[in-house]
Amino acid sequence: MRLLIQNGYVIDPSQGVNAGRNLLLEDGRVVGLSSHSDPIPEDVEIFDAAGLIVAPGFIDMHVHLREPGQEYKETIASGAAAAVAGGFTTVCAMPNTNPINDNAAVTRFVIEQAERAGLANVFPIGAITKTSAGTELAEMGEMKDAGIVAVSDDGRSVPSAGMMRRAMEYARGFDLPVIDHCEDKSLARGGVMHEGHWSLVLGMRGMPAAAEEVDAERNCLLAELTGARLHLAHLSTRGAIESVRRAKNKGLSVTCEVAPHHWSLTDEAVQDYDTNTKMSPPLRSPDHVEAIIDGLRDGTVDAIATDHAPHHADEKALEYDQAPFGIVGLETAIGLAMQRLVNEGAISLERLVELCATNPARILQLENRGTLRANAYADVTIIDPEMTWSFDASRSKSKSRNTPFDGYSFRGGVVATIVAGRIVFRGTDYGRVNESRASHALVV
Amino acid sequence: MEANFKLKHLLGIRELSADQIVHLLDTAETFRDVSRREIKKVPALRGRTIINLFFEPSTRTRTSFEIAAKRLSADAVNISVSTSSVSKGETLLDTARNLQAMAPDCIVIRHSSAGAPYHLARVCDAAIVNAGDGAHEHPTQALLDALTIREHKNSFDGLKVAIIGDILHSRVARSNIYLLAKLGATVSVAGPGTLVPPEFAGLIEQGVRLERRIEDAVVDADVVMILRVQRERQTDAFFPSMREYAVHYGLHLSHLSLAAPDAIVMHPGPMNRGIEVSSEIADGGRSLILDQVTNGVAVRMAVLYLLAGVSQDSDGSEKAEGASSAESWSTGGVRGRTRKPKRGTRN
Repeated sequence: MRLLIQNGYVIDPSQGVNAGRNLLLEDGRVVGLSSHSDPIPEDVEIFDAAGLIVAPGFIDMHVHLREPGQEYKETIASGAAAAVAGGFTTVCAMPNTNPINDNAAVTRFVIEQAERAGLANVFPIGAITKTSAGTELAEMGEMKDAGIVAVSDDGRSVPSAGMMRRAMEYARGFDLPVIDHCEDKSLARGGVMHEGHWSLVLGMRGMPAAAEEVDAERNCLLAELTGARLHLAHLSTRGAIESVRRAKNKGLSVTCEVAPHHWSLTDEAVQDYDTNTKMSPPLRSPDHVEAIIDGLRDGTVDAIATDHAPHHADEKALEYDQAPFGIVGLETAIGLAMQRLVNEGAISLERLVELCATNPARILQLENRGTLRANAYADVTIIDPEMTWSFDASRSKSKSRNTPFDGYSFRGGVVATIVAGRIVFRGTDYGRVNESRASHALVV
Repeated sequence: MEANFKLKHLLGIRELSADQIVHLLDTAETFRDVSRREIKKVPALRGRTIINLFFEPSTRTRTSFEIAAKRLSADAVNISVSTSSVSKGETLLDTARNLQAMAPDCIVIRHSSAGAPYHLARVCDAAIVNAGDGAHEHPTQALLDALTIREHKNSFDGLKVAIIGDILHSRVARSNIYLLAKLGATVSVAGPGTLVPPEFAGLIEQGVRLERRIEDAVVDADVVMILRVQRERQTDAFFPSMREYAVHYGLHLSHLSLAAPDAIVMHPGPMNRGIEVSSEIADGGRSLILDQVTNGVAVRMAVLYLLAGVSQDSDGSEKAEGASSAESWSTGGVRGRTRKPKRGTRN
């Protein structure tokens, strides 16, 4: 089966392409790019992408799919459906399921469930330590053989520096990046929001920015000590971004990601005690938000990742300090990136593609992904930079609705998602895919 | 005249206007007389149902609300956490929906989670009164403190108030700071560094003065408010020992000589004698601690009356329901009273 994405504007930083091109896909792979004026091959299905951005499929390095164990919140199938609806062709599943993905059997289960769902590509991330308890190394080698692409005890930090050092040294042997959720528990304990003006006003226990910053700096020092590949998850503070900037200047292999809510909202959003503003790390004060956007702009930040964290409505309906941390994010990420970053002039569309596709593929060494070179997997994200739309959480593909962005309006969004050459999502108003036009060679 | 009094719930002082605060205090003043009579009852809330929903232990506040409701002839039901279905695993919102189904006019809630009254207000038609939520607010305490101050001081404008102790965990401190600033007073606070975060200086637009030492906070103070050491929240060791606290942050007679000559001393209770306040002060002539308790009933009567007893038209004007009974009480009537212009400034 052949699909020609015609007359679009291709942005692919992996090969420096930023121009009007046609993109031909065949049998799940990329055939190549051609000029708009080149003749149309025969026997192709045509996707009319005039006015649209055609990019390598977006990769979300950080999602929680809740399966196995908490299928009432999300399943791999429903999470994958939300992923493609949000423009992500690939997602990486964090290991804090029940049981935790700390062995090859769970890794294989996740991969098999993803194959059954057949929508997005799902790559599991294994635990750093057994049951993520922070005391004994998990079997990284076996999990790598089974298909993990990184290790992380996400949801918590590896508490002791000594344990983190061992983990980094050991992971280095399998060339696995170590992903850490930076949070010094002794500083953050009991906190439910960012510590600052609003936590005082609202009378809630705060998590100081220093809780993240102390751990981020510790991890960068350990990356220097061990030479391991370190990736810092969902950074939310000025100090942590500065740590990564320094580490990069030293030439260490340290990378980081940020989540859409951390550049879109400040801690002021907590003031109505809406539990959909509760996540870890928490929404921060404007100074930190500014630092996140600066990091996205100047290249310190490598990736955009959603930290998609579904929770059932009943769990979120508790008192603020009792409700669980986390919000869903797959379907609003690109809207928030367009609205708050691209439209505001903070980053270019090319940089957006780098953050969402090129860099995640590089960090996780996902071969033939994050690129539209010949023979790459035919994973494509198609964006209309002018489309105005609003997010209706009640129509979300996720099983959970815990988002503070319900009803938000955006300019710029995903109109189609293609995985392995197959259109797996098409925006509701987008009927621009035409039937096969066998002899259409003369279209300019 | 009180056209600006539009209030469905009383969730916090922060969202009230100075006018609304003064109106609440004026109303409370008229109710204070009721408690001084031989027959301490008026029919203002006859037939109204008030639920006191207490998820935290409380003697003073719960009793005060209950007495207030009864003196207004309302039917008051008390639910404390040990007898509620919370112990059976029911969520706060389900409890609220069940209570709402019994059509109360007002629910008074105390809860250890900040914001719990806001959750209730979202699902209940009844008026919600916050009787203390976590470290967030305790609006009726601030109102009764203000009523007590107003009895002794001519004006809030320029009044100097010092608040001493555990500011970080104190809902009383927050509500008082908001209220005092709205009426024109200036506030300084002092306490251990672990319990007085620097961000407190910016809690309100006018600013709060932070002092390291009690001595600096009480200089020229017209009012000294002492906060309770919340021993139950001391799991994190915010200070080394009660003994050291008493020495450095307890209020002693020597401190009072630095304050204004007619300074008054207040404490929201319950007191830890010999720790945050010496008995000489607590039982001395400057102490208004029991006046505060007396005024608590009057303030809560005013709050219940205004929230559960008066229907507010869309233009905000009040209309007492069951006017015949409301008019039959002989306090001069809450309706049609005039505000005392000297008290409560910045109207």
